[in-house]
Amino acid sequence: MGAAAVIGGQENGTGGRHLLAHARALEVRFGGRPVLSGVDMEIAAGEIVTIIGPNGSGKTTLVKALLGLIPAARGSAQLVPGTRIGYVPQRFSVDAVLPLRVDRLMTLTAPASASAIGAALERVGVSHLRRADVASLSGGETQRVLLARALLRQPDLLVLDEPVQGVDFAGEAALYALIGELRDEMGLGVLMVSHDLHVVMAATDQVLCLNGHICCAGVPSDVSRHPEFLRLFGRQAAATLAVYRHDHDHDHDLHGHVVADDADGDTASGHHHGHDHHSHRPQSGHE
Amino acid sequence: MLDDFLVRALLGGVMVALVAGPLGCFVVWRRMAYFGDTMAHSALLGVSLGLLLSVQPVVGVAVVVVMAALALFWLERFRWLASDTALGMLAHGSLAVGLVVASTVPGLRIDLMSYLFGDILAIGQQDLAWIAAGALITMLTLALIWRDLLAATVQADLAKAEGVPVARVRLVFALLVALLIAAAMKVVGILLVTALLIIPAAAARRVSGSPEVMALISAMLGAVSVAGGLALSLWIDSPSGPSIVLSALALFVLVIAGTGLIAGGTDRRR
Repeated sequence: MGAAAVIGGQENGTGGRHLLAHARALEVRFGGRPVLSGVDMEIAAGEIVTIIGPNGSGKTTLVKALLGLIPAARGSAQLVPGTRIGYVPQRFSVDAVLPLRVDRLMTLTAPASASAIGAALERVGVSHLRRADVASLSGGETQRVLLARALLRQPDLLVLDEPVQGVDFAGEAALYALIGELRDEMGLGVLMVSHDLHVVMAATDQVLCLNGHICCAGVPSDVSRHPEFLRLFGRQAAATLAVYRHDHDHDHDLHGHVVADDADGDTASGHHHGHDHHSHRPQSGHE
Repeated sequence: MLDDFLVRALLGGVMVALVAGPLGCFVVWRRMAYFGDTMAHSALLGVSLGLLLSVQPVVGVAVVVVMAALALFWLERFRWLASDTALGMLAHGSLAVGLVVASTVPGLRIDLMSYLFGDILAIGQQDLAWIAAGALITMLTLALIWRDLLAATVQADLAKAEGVPVARVRLVFALLVALLIAAAMKVVGILLVTALLIIPAAAARRVSGSPEVMALISAMLGAVSVAGGLALSLWIDSPSGPSIVLSALALFVLVIAGTGLIAGGTDRRR
């Protein structure tokens, strides 16, 4: 017990968070065009952080920057050195020209014992797929197998980009429940990307609402009431989340840039909903 | 024993085929058949330059093909140039330059056919030594990068995120293909090298359940193709390179017929 203290104070000790990954003032550009700017975030062991946002809002880009797959134009994004990651990418399909069974996929980047492979597949409930061809798996099966593969690496941080794609609704809830259990059992950090709102809200500790920059962040109950969240997910959120406030502080133009509210940028906004069925603060220049 | 030209031909051919099998699997999996073809086309320039500068043609080929591979990596950065366009330009451009340079080398014109289509029966002691060295280096290096290259082939981002040096193994792989082309030139010739890479691999796919098994079967089918082609060449006095490719094709058809073409069509999802 006492010996562990020699290793360093950040892990045990004062009850402080054990940081796994962070971004500081991150800016990422594609072909000179910024797709992410001014992003600050962090994730620590034992936390589930979910990135939500509309299509093209930079969710996957943020994840890839944190994993070192995309360079930062400004600021930084990195894993804390020594952090082992288990990654489930957004797109994964194995071409039929490559004969690859699930058990071989499990040892793709590192060898593992047959019993460890069996245990990982068992844990996510797909041990029956062990000898199956990867190219023949359904979307949901693929996601589970990839999750098992990520677990086999005994990661500190699980990075799941759209983990429930191709999974039916019941399976979706089960998968989120499983991710929560894994966090509790192994004390992992979990960074997820999702565009689905409601199931994920129940399954996460922290939500980052992203649209080129971080629109809002916090615990799900706060974020779901945040005006920026409602701006982005207006109608969908309004349909199921009963109470919300609405006030303008800034808006987005078609390119996702923030425009001042009085600049009449509203007319160009692609995601400006809900004015007709709730009251909002009177503003100069409108109505 | 090695004095016998037939023994040398068989030895050289089989060594090349054993390496071409596993390497060809990656060419098939990574959809790089045209890439291999392009590098092979550039080999003629290497032959011409080698003879012009009076070094071993094999050395000239290895140098030029490696440079072609590097040029392709460099051209990939220009998004306005489609990659198959870049490959086509490099393939036919370098072949054209090679042919023009070849025309300035006295005596080479007579020999051109043997470089383009192979002359396995003319493999000498020294050629055999070059082939053995090239095959051995290629095989050992491939074994060393096997796991990383496979991971990068399945999903590059996943591999990179888990610490695989993706860019480096890609480059090493391209260099291995270049080396194999230099070694295989005598066996099937510049214009037919790609066939030795992809036909055995394509046939092996039908009877393989894992990447490693596919590589092994592909190597064996390649070796059998060389032996069969050599026999055909002796029997009906046909050119050796095309005979080897023909026998590889015949094997492919046999494997497909054996495993059932119709049954194979149904397991194709996506």
